[in-house]
Amino acid sequence: MTKNDIFFKTLVFIACLLPLTFLITNFFLQKLGANPVETIIRDTGLWSLRFLMMTLCITPLRKLVGWQWGMKIRRMLGLYAFFYACLHFTAYLWFEEFFDFAAIWTDVMERPFITMGFITFVLMIPLAITSTHAMIKKLGGKRWQQLHRLVYLIAITSILHFWWMADSKGVLTTPIIYAVIIAILLLMRIFFLKKSSKFLGK
Amino acid sequence: MLIKLPDDILSSEITPESIYQQRRRFIKGMALTAAGITTSALMSACNNQNGNASSSKTAPTQNAPVFDDLKSSEFNTDEELTKWEHAINYNNFVELGDGKTSPIKNADKLVTRPWSVSVEGEVDKPGTLDIEEILTQFDLEERIYRLRCIEAWSMVIPWVGFPLSLLLKRFQPTSKAKFVEFISIHDPKRLPGQRSDFPLVWPYVEGLRIDEAMHPLTILSIGMYGKVLPNQNGAPIRLVVPWKYGFKSSKSIVKIRFVEKQPLPSWVQAQPDEYGFYSNVNPLVPHPRWDQRTERRIGEFFKRDSMLFNGYAEQVASLYTGMDLGKNF
Ligand code: HEM
Repeated sequence: MTKNDIFFKTLVFIACLLPLTFLITNFFLQKLGANPVETIIRDTGLWSLRFLMMTLCITPLRKLVGWQWGMKIRRMLGLYAFFYACLHFTAYLWFEEFFDFAAIWTDVMERPFITMGFITFVLMIPLAITSTHAMIKKLGGKRWQQLHRLVYLIAITSILHFWWMADSKGVLTTPIIYAVIIAILLLMRIFFLKKSSKFLGK
Repeated sequence: MLIKLPDDILSSEITPESIYQQRRRFIKGMALTAAGITTSALMSACNNQNGNASSSKTAPTQNAPVFDDLKSSEFNTDEELTKWEHAINYNNFVELGDGKTSPIKNADKLVTRPWSVSVEGEVDKPGTLDIEEILTQFDLEERIYRLRCIEAWSMVIPWVGFPLSLLLKRFQPTSKAKFVEFISIHDPKRLPGQRSDFPLVWPYVEGLRIDEAMHPLTILSIGMYGKVLPNQNGAPIRLVVPWKYGFKSSKSIVKIRFVEKQPLPSWVQAQPDEYGFYSNVNPLVPHPRWDQRTERRIGEFFKRDSMLFNGYAEQVASLYTGMDLGKNF
């Protein structure tokens, strides 16, 4: 890594911690509203989804705009998506359910949007574990890549989680915006796939 | 530090709950006797943003306590009151926007004067009551009730109001009056939520079975915390049915209709498999979106167990004997 790389990565690393910093500061300033737990859970969930979307932007930016620098922070962004998901899940386990695992299991089975959040979280775990260089080597590039295609499924289940949460009140504006962005990012993959198979055909 | 107490207040009376009542009595006394204005004049001054200049000097702001000598009720809970700031900042009132803090931001979009409530349908004497008549013709009581939202949060609110039955009986419902329907304000020109793509059919409609409507716990409220009802809390007059999820307690009511057939409440119309006509608080009836077994009391960090009929089972369980509460949710 060059000096510039280290500087750039450190900067991104710190920037990614800003949402958490704001959340903690506002919590102690009592600025999270009448229902702080609700704000904490929603904020961390939303940031997990946003980091997931940023991660999915890297490849299109490289292929369409030629930006190579994104590859340097892709893993970090993905891990931050997992990090905020962990905070989100922990807030739920602790502040909502107080580690009552029987109640949590009933809840996961009973409320469809929680089921979908749980599936999303579980799917993220293998990707986080295999994100190191050593793991890439161990699995081999191809198998690693196949495994990490799970991220497309994760993108879809996280949108379903968000969508079903909002559906009871019928206010779907925000989930629709996120769904459209995710759909574009995923459709680009199909476009890239077609293009590369054309090359192979030649 | 030494605190001097007024002579007429015993120090033993100074408990957290009574402090605000004392203050309330004091301010009301000042405002009313000094200004020499009637309750109703005072109330309209409070609610009217462009109140005339002569009264605006002495009239308290909307935040000032105005009701005193309220009858206390046997139904009152002695649980700690929700903070006023929370009660006016964290609301569901879709007509004023769909976020929790939208209603307070859009509160001035609700115009509460002139206002009247018409009563019609299966009654011998249909008619209309002006809000000023309602404010002066009923004995006001303080009702400190738990409020449980279907979204699994709850509050304790000291309402000011009177039993709905007192108003309903005046119009002499006929034997065909099996249900009561409540219709809220329809003003899409001003109310942002009624112009948005929010998937409810306006105006907001709710309904109760006649025995639920006549039950002594069911009140019409025109104030809270000794003050005039803030707009975002359903001014100038709203229903409070403490054993049901909050959305059953219609806000800003303009029409009450006695009907023979079960009304179709707005939420039931929008999502019949999630919202039921009865919507009694019931931790055993699951909802696909919110966990009904527990609730967060606003102001507390962790959740607490929810109670059947929101803790009012002793008073209301007999209304539902023989009914399958899982089916009639
Ligand atoms: C075990 C896993 C999960 C559980 C139990 C869970 C639970 C929840 C809960 C309780 C809410 C808030 C609902 C409310 O305010 O009433 C929520 C919202 C949300 N969650 Fe999750 N979640 C999980 C995983 C995830 C993951 C992995 C993501 C992202 C990739 C995610 C993204 C979101 C989003 C975007 C929201 C909505 C935020 C908003 O309304 O602004 N969740 N989740």
